[in-house]
Amino acid sequence: MKFLRNYLDKIKPNFEAGGKWSSFHSVFEGLESFLFVSNQTSKSGVHIHDAVDSKRVMSIVVISLIPCLLMGIYNTGYQHYLSIGETTGFFDTFIYGILSVLPIVVVSYTVGLGIEFVVAQWKGHEIQEGFLVTGLIIPLIIPVDTPLWMVALATAFAVIFAKEVFGGTGFNIWNVALIARAFLFFAYPSKMSGDSVFVRTAATFGVGGGTVVDSFSGATPLGQIGTATALAPVTDTVGNPLGYWDLFVGLIPGSIGETSTLCIALGAVILLVTGIANWRTMFSVFAGGILTALLFNAIGTTPAMQVNPLEHILLGGFAFGAVFMATDPVTSCRTNKGKYVFGFLVGLFAILVRVLNPGYPEGMMLAILFMNSFAPLIDYAVVETNVKRRKRRKG
Amino acid sequence: MDQVIKLKKGLDINLKGKPQPVRRHAVSSPEYTIYPGDFPGLIPKTAVKPGDRTLAGAALLFDKNRPNIKITSPVSGEVVAVNRGEKRKLLSIVVHADATQESKDFGKKDVQSLSPEAIKQLLAEAGIFAFIRQRPYDIVADPNDRPRDIFVSCFYSAPLAPDTDFILEGEDADFQTGLDALSRLTDGKVYLGVRPTAQAACLTNARNVEVVAFEGAHPAGNVGVQINHIRPVNKGETVWTLQPETVLYIGRLLNRGVADFSRWTALTGSEVNEADRAYYRLLPGTNIEHWVENRICRTNEPLRFISGNVLTGVQIAANGSLHAFDNQITVIPEGDRTHDFFGWIRPGFDQFSVSKTYPAPFLSRLIKKEYPIDARIKGGRRAMILSNEWEKVFPMDVLPEFLIRAILSNDIDKMENLGIYEVAPEDFALCEFADASKMELQAIVRRGLDLIYKENQ
Repeated sequence: MKFLRNYLDKIKPNFEAGGKWSSFHSVFEGLESFLFVSNQTSKSGVHIHDAVDSKRVMSIVVISLIPCLLMGIYNTGYQHYLSIGETTGFFDTFIYGILSVLPIVVVSYTVGLGIEFVVAQWKGHEIQEGFLVTGLIIPLIIPVDTPLWMVALATAFAVIFAKEVFGGTGFNIWNVALIARAFLFFAYPSKMSGDSVFVRTAATFGVGGGTVVDSFSGATPLGQIGTATALAPVTDTVGNPLGYWDLFVGLIPGSIGETSTLCIALGAVILLVTGIANWRTMFSVFAGGILTALLFNAIGTTPAMQVNPLEHILLGGFAFGAVFMATDPVTSCRTNKGKYVFGFLVGLFAILVRVLNPGYPEGMMLAILFMNSFAPLIDYAVVETNVKRRKRRKG
Repeated sequence: MDQVIKLKKGLDINLKGKPQPVRRHAVSSPEYTIYPGDFPGLIPKTAVKPGDRTLAGAALLFDKNRPNIKITSPVSGEVVAVNRGEKRKLLSIVVHADATQESKDFGKKDVQSLSPEAIKQLLAEAGIFAFIRQRPYDIVADPNDRPRDIFVSCFYSAPLAPDTDFILEGEDADFQTGLDALSRLTDGKVYLGVRPTAQAACLTNARNVEVVAFEGAHPAGNVGVQINHIRPVNKGETVWTLQPETVLYIGRLLNRGVADFSRWTALTGSEVNEADRAYYRLLPGTNIEHWVENRICRTNEPLRFISGNVLTGVQIAANGSLHAFDNQITVIPEGDRTHDFFGWIRPGFDQFSVSKTYPAPFLSRLIKKEYPIDARIKGGRRAMILSNEWEKVFPMDVLPEFLIRAILSNDIDKMENLGIYEVAPEDFALCEFADASKMELQAIVRRGLDLIYKENQ
């Protein structure tokens, strides 16, 4: 790596103030610190620093999302060939999935990082790696049939209006990826829900394609429950009943990365072992969801009310949201006690929306965004108890 | 021991280069440098000019607002330089030491026969009072105050810090005299924070004081942490804090009539020869050049010399001097020639981290590994992103993140409410070490303390 280092050292002066490419300073800095850990030493304050930095933290989150991404790619192909009644090998299925999903990932990263680079250069700060995570979550929480221009538009909207206007990573109030999804949901509702967006039936770049089988329905299991008049077992796209195991593995219709609870669990293990996601938030989202579901089970008048807690966790975006988005340290509560409250209410509201809202079967997105808004208030209450304790002990 | 307090939060950084319990002779230093910046809250005025003769214990500086607080020379000799920086800010005074040392005689005193006022006056005159700090603000104490309590943390828990049992050995009488004097200066108690395993007779048999033992990792030895667990400082209250060495200075002054600031100083750090990592008898201001130069094992790499420990110490040059409060010199690699390729994603078995994104926290349960750590920041400065990172190494009933936020937004009411009167910059040193966003928390806290001090005047 000596060669690369020497080359960087050689071209570095061009990017510094006064150099001919100084307007690309932040791009160069971003690339250099991507290749090599900065050799800058401390000038004041502590003399030694922990080896961890935000690049490492964000890359671990990206790694934890990889199982969901791979499963999402495979599932996209699987749903496609299942729906057109063809049996293909693993490889073909995967290729179809890659061709469908990769463009979305590329668009999301290109648009988001592009904005990030421009803003970094403009404000004269370093490129922040927060978008590495956001840029991968956005493709995973939208339907595979979302047009690419919509992905670009939503990403740009979210990065600019939910992050950069607040000051960048660390200052945002709402989870940036969810803002992108909410933007799409409210701007283009027909592309974000219903029976025709979660399973790609058309050919992609000339691969796949065909006529769907007669019994085809592209509704997600949650969609099926939402529109059902009586409690019936959920089915796959061609009408076969789905068991808990199918739902857990995740070969079911849904947003790209949210279907496999198994892969989400793998990601959760990585996040919890490395301590990046806080277990308090994750645990209490599930606790809130399960208790609310049980409560509705006890009332149990509509089919949606009768869905048991396990199904609620396996279906839709509940697990994905609990593991990857409710735990976002910037937008969730920052105090430990607050995290319990925050998580519990996210779980509660997600199930509440799912069960009681007739128009849209999923509630996780709205629940997290809603609680993001209230996180500072919860923290305020927790901080006040510390303040009161300090005032009381006087005398 | 009256009670044992167990602290769960904290972190012992297993740095390479611990001092061996061996006493060695240091090469004597020709020049001694006194830095007024070591005494926060003091506005220094010079009492001498270049060319003046001085005795050990005679004033070099005094405080502009409280002229009876003096900073005195550690040695007798000739003042050779008064160094000033921008806006004529006084940076340092250099004294060239005489071959034979003469001390200013303050006369032996009996503690019980002196009034508290007389004790304070004597300490101020001898330059020892400047070594007493107060909370709130973590500044030099005010001799006109009568503090609620006095706290002495009698162990150092920072990385590679000297062992108090070792450095206090053989000075039992002076230590006890110092404690007796301190107990006259407060209506409350004098608290000694010790390790449950403390051996030194002067600690285990200390009289006129309350001894409280602390178990747990660094910062258990920080006096601020100890105060928070023993009897926290409320708004309007003042307590004084001292190092155990300062207690010795007081004892020596009363028992022998001299201002003797000599202390056992540990030479530590991964870049010091293993055999030379020992304790040396030094005075504050000692120029380390001749003492340290032959004791370094690596000379072809850039090195960092620190007066004090790696968390709160000051960087000094290879020919720099020991700062007033320090009893440790640390030498670590600078590291600015190291370029880790893809360091942010490599497993990093050789890296020390408290974060579980590195193997270090898992390895520490299996093997005791010492890490040589260099001075690199290892990342870019970011806004606060991860939560709960600081709390894990901050064993006080204070919410560090919210206090820092209050300081950053100059919100004085909030700072008060969130406990700024209880903290000192050093309490945030571990947070600063562990912070993935690489914020300079100690500097932020110092700014907050200065602001609120100015506001309350």
